[in-house]
Amino acid sequence: MSSRDKILGVIRANQPEGKSLPSVTLPEAGGVTDPAKGDMTDTARQFIEVLEAIGGRAFIVSGWERIATIIKEEYTQQHRIVSGCKELARMAEVRDRYEDPHELENVDLAILEAHFGVAENGACWITEDRMIERALPFITQNLALVIHKKDVVPHMHAAYERIGQAVYGFGTFIAGPSKTADIEQSLVLGAHGPCSMTVFLIDEELSDAGFY
Amino acid sequence: MAQDHAHLATEFNKDEPRVDWHDKTLWFIREKRDKAAGRVPEWEWLRDTASAIKENVLSHLSEYLVQFEEQAGRNGVVVHWAADAEEHNEIVYGLLKKHGVDKMVKSKSMLTEECHLNEFLSEHGVEVIDTDLGERVVQLAGEPPSHIVLPCIHKKKEEIGEIFHEHLGTPAGNADPQFLTHAARLHLREKFITRRVALTGVNFAVAETGEFVVCTNEGNADMGAHLADVHIACMGIEKLIPLRQHLGVFLRLLTRSATGQPITTYSSHFKQPRPGQEMHIVLVDNGRSVHLGRKDFRNSLKCIRCAACFNTCPVYRRSGGHSYHTAVAGPIGSILSPNLDMKKYSDLPFASTLCGSCSNVCPVKIDIHEQLYKWRQVIVQDGNAPVSKTMAMKTMNWVLSNPSVYHTAGKAGRWFMGKVPFTVNNGLNPWYKQRDMPEVPKESFGEWYKRNRK
Amino acid sequence: MRVGLFIPCYVDQFYPQVGIATLHLLEKYGCEVAYPPNQTCCGQPMANSGFEHLTQGCNDLFIRNFSEFEYIVCPSGSCTLHIKDHLHGSHEGPGDGAEGVRKKIYELVEFLTDVLKVENIDASFPHRVGVHQSCHGQRGLKLSQMTELMAPPFSKPEKLLKMVKGIELIDLGRKDECCGFGGTFCVAEEAVSVKMGKDRVADHLQHGAEYITGADMSCLMHLEGILRRQKSPVQVKHIAEILDSKE
Repeated sequence: MSSRDKILGVIRANQPEGKSLPSVTLPEAGGVTDPAKGDMTDTARQFIEVLEAIGGRAFIVSGWERIATIIKEEYTQQHRIVSGCKELARMAEVRDRYEDPHELENVDLAILEAHFGVAENGACWITEDRMIERALPFITQNLALVIHKKDVVPHMHAAYERIGQAVYGFGTFIAGPSKTADIEQSLVLGAHGPCSMTVFLIDEELSDAGFY
Repeated sequence: MAQDHAHLATEFNKDEPRVDWHDKTLWFIREKRDKAAGRVPEWEWLRDTASAIKENVLSHLSEYLVQFEEQAGRNGVVVHWAADAEEHNEIVYGLLKKHGVDKMVKSKSMLTEECHLNEFLSEHGVEVIDTDLGERVVQLAGEPPSHIVLPCIHKKKEEIGEIFHEHLGTPAGNADPQFLTHAARLHLREKFITRRVALTGVNFAVAETGEFVVCTNEGNADMGAHLADVHIACMGIEKLIPLRQHLGVFLRLLTRSATGQPITTYSSHFKQPRPGQEMHIVLVDNGRSVHLGRKDFRNSLKCIRCAACFNTCPVYRRSGGHSYHTAVAGPIGSILSPNLDMKKYSDLPFASTLCGSCSNVCPVKIDIHEQLYKWRQVIVQDGNAPVSKTMAMKTMNWVLSNPSVYHTAGKAGRWFMGKVPFTVNNGLNPWYKQRDMPEVPKESFGEWYKRNRK
Repeated sequence: MRVGLFIPCYVDQFYPQVGIATLHLLEKYGCEVAYPPNQTCCGQPMANSGFEHLTQGCNDLFIRNFSEFEYIVCPSGSCTLHIKDHLHGSHEGPGDGAEGVRKKIYELVEFLTDVLKVENIDASFPHRVGVHQSCHGQRGLKLSQMTELMAPPFSKPEKLLKMVKGIELIDLGRKDECCGFGGTFCVAEEAVSVKMGKDRVADHLQHGAEYITGADMSCLMHLEGILRRQKSPVQVKHIAEILDSKE
């Protein structure tokens, strides 16, 4: 008998009587609230607060022009900039694919468009069709993700509702720069992945006055 | 048993300032967990829901496994089944041989610790590089992890500085965490870039979709997997959850319980291999299917390996992970390990005061302290108690079952002084080593009552 | 209200004053109290060591001693919890006497707050007091809210203590950390047990306690052993002693 059949046989003999699945609909007092911080119904604001608390940063911008300006101002030392966003083609290497992910070894900054953000934990959901290469969001020294300000869901239940039955080969939530606290619980940003993580939230209603 | 928990813990306690440091470091994480959980108004609902989902999983495990296998297969992932640690190790080694590879990177997987994969592969000439920073530290030090989430939590930064000086050539005396982490980043980046096979663990596997989720803060699982030609993911069969939407429940609980973060930096959902890549999943039983048949103990299989029970455990904090002499230490390890080898781990269910804090922090509501109590009964009845202890217990029971014996024996504490509950071993009195005995009163309460009432 | 007084073996032998204070309190609130003279022990020391199968003699004796009462009250959360969770008769099933006993046993504090619904206590204890939350009373009997749970706070022992004149309850760094007694754990794992006890004592001392109190004398005995060895003037007192105190 194969190990598969042996294992399944023992499990069938040993598993207890069927127990039903609970509902995962959030009870009324849902969402993450922090009484000290007042109104938490503004998901974008909460998203930014949490993101900053976990070592990331955010800019609310009027559009791609503004993003390009900020990147020029903020990333002066980053030589190789790769992006999946055609709007940034003037300033970044924008390609559909690479032969080998190892070609991305020396990327200084990757700018990718994510699907949405999650207010309770500052994470952004991105699937591989927006990564160019799966390795890119991890191998790059710095990462910037772009979402629309209206695309911030309050919590992970809403996040999965939104993902639904979406088809992807690989997808990931990214919350802040890579980090570790393995040495005496001292938090260090930049473990193996990006040392910095920036999220641009596009707010179409914003005038181009450029505040962020 | 070579060295049991009590002996190893006694060794650990010889350096009291270090015990204080270890205790405070872990308590700090417990406090961070409290803060993070406190920000979620529906925290207790989340725990109830997660527990109920996992109860459902255990009661339909065979169906979910078959469903997962089908879905993963459809996604282009190769599914393997390993009955035990040996078969798991052989499967991994077989894949390496097939690709003619003798070097690989591995992100954190407690299952591979449980199976002693590193030792096995090393004996077969394969070099394994653990890429989680904490795991790399203990690997270089030649030690097992002492904590399932924070593998080198028992090491001080000065010691890590020395290890890095010796193995990575960092300057002697530099113990700055920022500096050391950066040195490890450079050291491991070279490994990520050059290795063709990457092994990862699995936090959750979804039966509905055949995808699996790996959570890291460092990004090491992703760095390994996305750069390698072959990705091998190893998981215990209990890691399944029914639906993708259930991830919402578990990802909200996991990291808040583990470190007090709202989520790990990366929660990566692997569904299909990338073009040209091979992806393998090894489903490992290693005693789990048998454990499922133990009514009193099966729900320990709900564990999602957050280690909240480690951080809150007053015994773990003051005895260190290595005193548990097993891959998964702490309270949860103390109820999981006897299933693997009851004799070898017969000491672990006794390494607890049964204070119950572990059960309260558990995000999937495993009744850990009650199982510790129940394991004690099973272990004793299985004949694993020392004869002297059994004799002492029998004597104690005889005295306490016979009021007349108790009253003559116990006249104002005299019998008690010798027997209950301090010196069941009848050896030198371990109570008195660092504690004074209570003063013996003139009369017992019973004697007082007889004189003063009725 | 006929109350059977259950005085745990080590309280009977070492801390008769705790039994006396418990008796006084119950009588003060109008209970008709009897102390069955043939009682010994709840069997917990054996059971927690893995020898529950040897405790039938203790169980039978306990059932014989206490079946007749309307309530059973015990000044120990740990012993009460053991009876509640683990007392079983010689023949399993209804009518073995165990179930009735399990249902009517109360730890003293919960009996005062939940059954007698005490709102006033004529006692004074003008001292700084630290409350040690014993695990079995707290997490087992839920005498007070547990810091691990995200739920509203409450504390039955503190509610009672706050009725005592002159008392000043101190805060602690760790409100409900185990003291490390743990039954036979205190000798089987001597090193860790003592370290836990020392850390608990230090928390109380740092916050200026003159007395450490609690609802379980076993934990207090352990802390007292450490305090005495350190030649500390700080004393332990069972909560019954403070609630019955007139200083």
